[in-house]
Amino acid sequence: MPDLGLEVLGKGKNFVRLLDGLWIALRISLIAAAISIGAGILLGIAASRNRSVASVILRIWLGIIRIMPQMVLLFLMYYGTTRAFGWKLSGEMSAIIVFSLWGTAEMGDLVRGAVSSVPVIQKESAEALGLKPPQVYRLIILPQAVRRLIPQSINLITRMIKTTSLVTLIGVVEILKVGQQIIDANRKTSPNAAFGVYLTIFLMYYLACRPLSLAAKQLEKRWR
Amino acid sequence: MTETVLSISHLTKRFEDQIILEDLSLDIHEGEVIVIVGSSGCGKSTLLRCMNALEDIQDGEIRLRGSLIDRNARGLPELRQKIGMVFQNYELFPHLTVMDNILLAPMKVQKRRKAEAREEALALLERVGLKEKAESWPRQLSGGQKQRVAIVRALIMHPEILLFDEVTAALDPEMVREVLDVIVRLAEQGKTMIIVTHEMLFARAVADRIILIGDRQILEDSDPEQFFTAPKTEQAKKFLQTFEFRKKQTGKTDIKNAEA
Repeated sequence: MPDLGLEVLGKGKNFVRLLDGLWIALRISLIAAAISIGAGILLGIAASRNRSVASVILRIWLGIIRIMPQMVLLFLMYYGTTRAFGWKLSGEMSAIIVFSLWGTAEMGDLVRGAVSSVPVIQKESAEALGLKPPQVYRLIILPQAVRRLIPQSINLITRMIKTTSLVTLIGVVEILKVGQQIIDANRKTSPNAAFGVYLTIFLMYYLACRPLSLAAKQLEKRWR
Repeated sequence: MTETVLSISHLTKRFEDQIILEDLSLDIHEGEVIVIVGSSGCGKSTLLRCMNALEDIQDGEIRLRGSLIDRNARGLPELRQKIGMVFQNYELFPHLTVMDNILLAPMKVQKRRKAEAREEALALLERVGLKEKAESWPRQLSGGQKQRVAIVRALIMHPEILLFDEVTAALDPEMVREVLDVIVRLAEQGKTMIIVTHEMLFARAVADRIILIGDRQILEDSDPEQFFTAPKTEQAKKFLQTFEFRKKQTGKTDIKNAEA
């Protein structure tokens, strides 16, 4: 049996340190996801009206965010703003801001798409029954939009969790960084630690994201 | 003459620059069954949609027992409760069960008590042969069943007039009958109805008046016997010939060709 370098995990507090790192990654993505969902819903609903100001804003915002690699945005927010404006944002704060900017745009687009995908004639048939416009929105359009939205927004959140691995590059000590520290510290005694540590990190990401994508699949099936 | 339920006077409807209907007037009286026919794209469905303000109109007015049906009026939802509409593609709400589809408007619009509305819903479902489907989801129903639910959903509001917009056009042929039977029974009960359809045999059986729409106008307004046996206008004769012609053709050809 090859040496998988798993024994480093038993040394000292290494395993707990990895879990702490995972928690930091999750904290960044969950806070950003919460902000993105809230802001994205408002933006998306506003943008679902054709030719509204919000739809123009969303389109431009999305265009910029999608073209820029997240890493560039992270560098811009962390290093760039310190230089240009003298902001002293922590790495975690910068990450939350960047992820929220990204998530709000993506979420806004998902909401806009979900709301406009409900056929106009569904709205008309509700109106024909005598429902008032706010009732049509609340009772007919939004419930149908949410059903289309939930699987997609869960996917967005798992993408966010995965992408937190980039924040190590702006000095946030999250799970990946902790892993590298453990590997470096044990280079002499456990030269194979790289495999064991990264495998563990992989499994931790997997366990964190899997329930979400399972839930997405379940909901998709139930609401088909 | 019985009381006028719906009155259309000098209606003009345009889409952009295209005039669909021009200076069209029509009165519908209590208990009347009006069938509107015409070739595709003649504006008959548009006319029906104007009647509950799903379309805006450019000139003229439509009144339901004297109240103006206006797309921008505050009281429009109240008026629409009195106008039942059934659509070509059923338009049941896919996120609600059959029962909840039916109860939505009575409870949210008319603020009726659930137990009472539910009882009526079950009675109506029973009349269209779907009592056992009350808790089903729309996606579990056939087209004909969905359309019967849609009719129940309109009926439970006790509308003064029912509008049917090509309600069998999306159905498989074997399901057309079950829907038309329901409508025929409603006609026998004396409901005031306006029906847009391509089913000529049904039109003849159910209508008190047949209205032929074409050239942005009402071309003919006759009782069905006259319309089908001795139409007054050339256009009506031509329109009916298109059906004759089809009949002869399919009659001559063998089954394989007729299907193709």
